[in-house]
Amino acid sequence: MLVFIIRRCGTMALTMLVVSILLFILLELQPGSVAVKVLGPYSSEEQRYLWLEAHGYFEPIYQRYFSWLLNFVTGDFGDSIRFKVPVSEVLWPRLANTGILAGATLVVVIPIALLLGVLAGMREGSKLDRFISIGSIITTSVPEFASAPLLGAVFVFWLGWLPGTSGMIDGLDPIQLILPVMVLVLYDFGYVTRMTRASMAEVMMTHYIRTAVLKGLPYRTVIMKHALRNALIAPFTVIMLQINWLLSGVIVVEFFFSYKGFGALLLEASLNQDIFMIEACAMVAVFVAVATQTIADVGYTYLNPRIRFS
Amino acid sequence: MAVETETVPRRESALLRFLKSIALIRESPVGTIGLGIILFWVLVALLADIIAPFPPNTNYVPLMSPFTPTLDGEGMYWLGTDLQGRDVLSRIIHGSRKVLLLAPFATFCAYLVGIPMGLAAGYKRGIADDVLSFLSNVILSFPILVLYVIIIATIGSSALNILLAVTFASAPGIMRIVRGLVLDLRNREYVFAAETRGESPWRIMLVEILPNARGPLIVDACLRVGYVIITIGVLGFLGLGLPPPDPDWGGMINEYRVMSMSFPHMTVFPCLAISSLVLGFNLLADGLREVSLRD
Repeated sequence: MLVFIIRRCGTMALTMLVVSILLFILLELQPGSVAVKVLGPYSSEEQRYLWLEAHGYFEPIYQRYFSWLLNFVTGDFGDSIRFKVPVSEVLWPRLANTGILAGATLVVVIPIALLLGVLAGMREGSKLDRFISIGSIITTSVPEFASAPLLGAVFVFWLGWLPGTSGMIDGLDPIQLILPVMVLVLYDFGYVTRMTRASMAEVMMTHYIRTAVLKGLPYRTVIMKHALRNALIAPFTVIMLQINWLLSGVIVVEFFFSYKGFGALLLEASLNQDIFMIEACAMVAVFVAVATQTIADVGYTYLNPRIRFS
Repeated sequence: MAVETETVPRRESALLRFLKSIALIRESPVGTIGLGIILFWVLVALLADIIAPFPPNTNYVPLMSPFTPTLDGEGMYWLGTDLQGRDVLSRIIHGSRKVLLLAPFATFCAYLVGIPMGLAAGYKRGIADDVLSFLSNVILSFPILVLYVIIIATIGSSALNILLAVTFASAPGIMRIVRGLVLDLRNREYVFAAETRGESPWRIMLVEILPNARGPLIVDACLRVGYVIITIGVLGFLGLGLPPPDPDWGGMINEYRVMSMSFPHMTVFPCLAISSLVLGFNLLADGLREVSLRD
């Protein structure tokens, strides 16, 4: 088990390393373009030259890469061109805001998706199963950028119940969280539901469930005591991997509701060619994604007794 | 032997078999509905010039609500007009062309890259497999939209660049699926037979293995076209899509985003259009899976 965890962490570190190389090639390969982005299109040749020299851009490429990587590992991401402050000063509070949004979404998604998935998978092919399955296909077919204006039209324009933006100007306001969370939940719960359903349906076909039913146990006991434990192992992985999707989703939702979070920051940085901010955001996003994948893998092997005891 | 071959009926032509396999989708009501939605939009895109009541980029009276008659009383703005007085219905009709051209084509390109990679990784194994699998894991570890935003913001936005980005981001996933299928199929007897006949590795991969892996791949392709439609829409929505003024659905939603809370008709209908098209592909995929599991 320990060897497995260490190996997974090694793979994770290697993945991060390759991602950093890709980013470096994509964004920093040509020093000239970096200087233009930092100093603006109207800077003179001389200014650019001086800036590049002062920041060590004339050193060989591998040396540049390693000093860049070293800064990254120590948490020094450089200065944001757009915000004129160190990147980390903007990045961490924004990430915390997104954490709130994502946390609230997961708190809603997990119970709903597991409940619906179990109900659908319990009796495969039943009316309830068809209803839940088709319903989850429909909700996952409405992308976030479409459901946001649709829900906005209903709850903001017609009913007037909720605010249309979530700027959080006067600190955290739970009312402003409702609509963004609703949009994320609507898109995300379908997938987890379908996976839970598949896992549950598979368990219901096993011999030990058939035995439990045939020896006359009440259906409720069969489900609660025998089926659920094994059926909920696979959804655990799916939920962890869902965090990767959520990171994509927050870009759209935060942009639409002008929520001051990480996704909106990444988009703003990309649109304004704020190069050091893009690098920091991308590395953080990939780190979160890879870390949750690693946790999902390790957790899955821990939860699955067939692997744990072998 | 000679007698026996005469009694074997002639194999139907490839085209006929293909059409018959498509007709199988009728056995699944869900899949039929999905196919119907897709065909509806294909028809709309083909006939856009005929059925659209107005040219998509001509300015009329701005901010008309749905079902407003035109000033001369002869026509009607069925879905209203936008901030610049362009007819929303006509823009949606013409916007269908872009998405129906670009999304399947981009998916096709991703398969063109992903399939050989998956075949090579699954059939040849060894170092090629290790390297390809690791690289695809790296790309798949990116939250997908983060990857698109960074690529498009760096290389600029055009149909070609969206195509490249979709290929780059989707090929690893396709490779992984193909590899899994090949690992299963490579130990079949007909593959051994082909190896004994001395067929070249690429012939075995493309002629013996790939056609037998088509079922799951077709289902995956349907789902993937849906994702690519969403992707193109998202990029348009984030302001990274195809350049204006020609309509595309994601771009329309973005353009009218700020007004969406006071004039919802401008955003609601493009949202419904794109959602229905994605739904069509998802339902078709579900139906195909159902039908293929049945036999």
